[in-house]
Amino acid sequence: MTRERPGAEILIEALSDLGVEVVFGYPGGAVLPIYDVLFQQNRIRHILVRQEGGAVHAAEGYARSTGKPGVVLVTSGPGATNAVTGITDALMDSIPIVVITGQVPTHLIGTDAFQECDTIGITRHCTKHNYLVKDPARLGDTVHEAFYLATSGRPGPVVIDLPKDVQVATARYTKPKQITHQAYRPAVDADPKLIEAAVEMLAAAERPVFYTGGGIINAGPGASAALRELIKLTDVPTTSTLMGLGAVPATTAQWLGMLGMHGTYEANMTMNRADLIVAIGSRFDDRVTGRLDAFSPRSKKIHIDIDRSSINKNVRVDLPIVADAGHALEAMVALWKQRKPRSHGLKPWWDEIEKWRAKRSLDFPDGNGEIMPQQAIQALWKATKDRSPIISTEVGQHQMWAAQHFGFEEPNKWLTSGGLGTMGYGLPAAIGAQIGNPDSLVIDIAGEASILMNIQEMSTAVQYRLPVKVFILNNQYMGMVRQWQELTYGSRYAESYTEALPDFVKLAEAYGWKGIRIEKPRELDSGIEAMLTHDGPVMVDCRVAKLANCLPMIPSGAAHTEMILQANEVSGEMDDEAKALV
Amino acid sequence: MRLKPEAAERHTLSVIVDNEAGILARIAGMFSARGYNIESLTVADVTRDEAISRITIVTSGPPHVIEQIIAQLDRLVPVHKVTDLTEYGPHVEREMALVKVAGAGDDRIEALRLADVYRARVVDATTSSFVFELTGGTEKIDKFIELMGELGLVEVARTGVVAIARGREAA
Repeated sequence: MTRERPGAEILIEALSDLGVEVVFGYPGGAVLPIYDVLFQQNRIRHILVRQEGGAVHAAEGYARSTGKPGVVLVTSGPGATNAVTGITDALMDSIPIVVITGQVPTHLIGTDAFQECDTIGITRHCTKHNYLVKDPARLGDTVHEAFYLATSGRPGPVVIDLPKDVQVATARYTKPKQITHQAYRPAVDADPKLIEAAVEMLAAAERPVFYTGGGIINAGPGASAALRELIKLTDVPTTSTLMGLGAVPATTAQWLGMLGMHGTYEANMTMNRADLIVAIGSRFDDRVTGRLDAFSPRSKKIHIDIDRSSINKNVRVDLPIVADAGHALEAMVALWKQRKPRSHGLKPWWDEIEKWRAKRSLDFPDGNGEIMPQQAIQALWKATKDRSPIISTEVGQHQMWAAQHFGFEEPNKWLTSGGLGTMGYGLPAAIGAQIGNPDSLVIDIAGEASILMNIQEMSTAVQYRLPVKVFILNNQYMGMVRQWQELTYGSRYAESYTEALPDFVKLAEAYGWKGIRIEKPRELDSGIEAMLTHDGPVMVDCRVAKLANCLPMIPSGAAHTEMILQANEVSGEMDDEAKALV
Repeated sequence: MRLKPEAAERHTLSVIVDNEAGILARIAGMFSARGYNIESLTVADVTRDEAISRITIVTSGPPHVIEQIIAQLDRLVPVHKVTDLTEYGPHVEREMALVKVAGAGDDRIEALRLADVYRARVVDATTSSFVFELTGGTEKIDKFIELMGELGLVEVARTGVVAIARGREAA
């Protein structure tokens, strides 16, 4: 029989049994017993962030780039509420994280005690599941179950709220043998009959397209490999959501680029004119579909997703398959190889697609002496592509330009807040990714507005000697807000210009980073080179054309066929129906 | 710009869940978070060890919304099983109401006579009031309450719908 030990020790023991190497956190009154145990051991490394929101995004960056769950430890009250944005972010993007929050002692719960908040109530609908642990004897099993929930099925965030007296009270802990849950049993394998039907539909299609998403990345590198093989076997044109970038190398012949609001013309037209869409680990998000009643009107649709509630949510499909993306793709590959079913080629379809490609929808105008933001991203990509960098982003125009102009070759290299669209995500995510991948080049492509939302994490990078790079496309506007105001509100730029930006070079130096400013196109390559050769964290303030728009674009409420391709078409007013859409 | 309402269908769902703290908030909160309607919701333990509860929810929405509601319920970790009894077929729906009526003279006699017609039982009486206990489908109870409205209705307590499939099998 194992000895009795305090809840705080049980927690650390269970985390250790689960293979946890790193915890991102911030101490406080309600987690002092846990921090005391952390102090006296050396199996788990603690990374001290500068605000709890940073801890959650760092854990997300760690999880996305390593495939392992991220772990967060914060105190009660403000510690927990600061974590809520990151938790919601992880829910929207299906990122496996486990967040341990301190809570006031059980006898004080409900008394409005100091630093008390209803963490369970607040996080109930922004977690996959959450637990309030009131008995130290239940703690070990709860931690193991939390990791099982976070990492299985459709991954997501799980919160464990741990009152301070439960951290001190003693109980026995033994590592559970196997975690099963009576009510929660995620589907994994696809029904072979449905796979057969899918392969038959794919073989019969004359204008098929693969529309893939973050589910492929979450399903692990095997899923990306299976997708690549299926593309090779079938020659089917392939597009992906923002979240799915990297599953298919951007150099693949069948790759059409990203689809949706800021996707390529060829990707959106291919979706619109297809006779079969195979959606894999994607969820027909409003940013992808545009106007629903005009979305791919003539296609049959197959939808493979591990989450049944994603199917038929926004778009009716003809063949729903509830399964892990990797398993389903492997089954399709195996069956296709066995049957070699298609009699006709896709040449007429590809001929049509090539015409759309010829529009070169990602082309952008010359900057006339100013750096165009797209040009800066391309220069960054050219300078770093051989080093297989991990790229994080903030949210806005720079994020879309990065998605459009940075060519991703592998999964788990692209960390961006897709679902929630959280400004301030990129720097802490880059820190988490660098912790998990100490030898990789990690770059946060940022905007000057977003970066200020979690700027305090620069200090974290210094403390742990993390050589992260922050590349700011500085146009002095909240560019995406400004672009929408130009497009929809007659160029009335309400509050989207930042009057008093810091001197980012001096700011970098104040934190102990290297700061570099790039102002002219001719300085671009040398500035990037200087950033890459510096062995430590670097912040680059890259001044770009202020009024550049992120194009192509499907305006809100418009169909895929109504893309704006040219910059001079943007200015205008929109009717209320369009204004009401996000 | 005007907002357009969609045609709704009424569905009765039976949801089997782990009987754990906060389960009701989890279910009810999912409905409010996603903008679904709850017309009634009842919950009680149905096993001897108090491990499992059965929740009966009456909801309304267009068919694709009902399908989403079921999928979203099923996705909650403590939910074992969701059955759409309206889709399933023959099933019995009942609710109970306690109806307080105060009055004198002919109204009082008429209330008692109607209670007899509706098979309501008198569970409390004073010289100037009755409390009726009435079980039945939602429409029957609605109708009874409407009639009592003319005869001195004071207040109503209703349980909301509980439902179970007909026949020997569990739905």
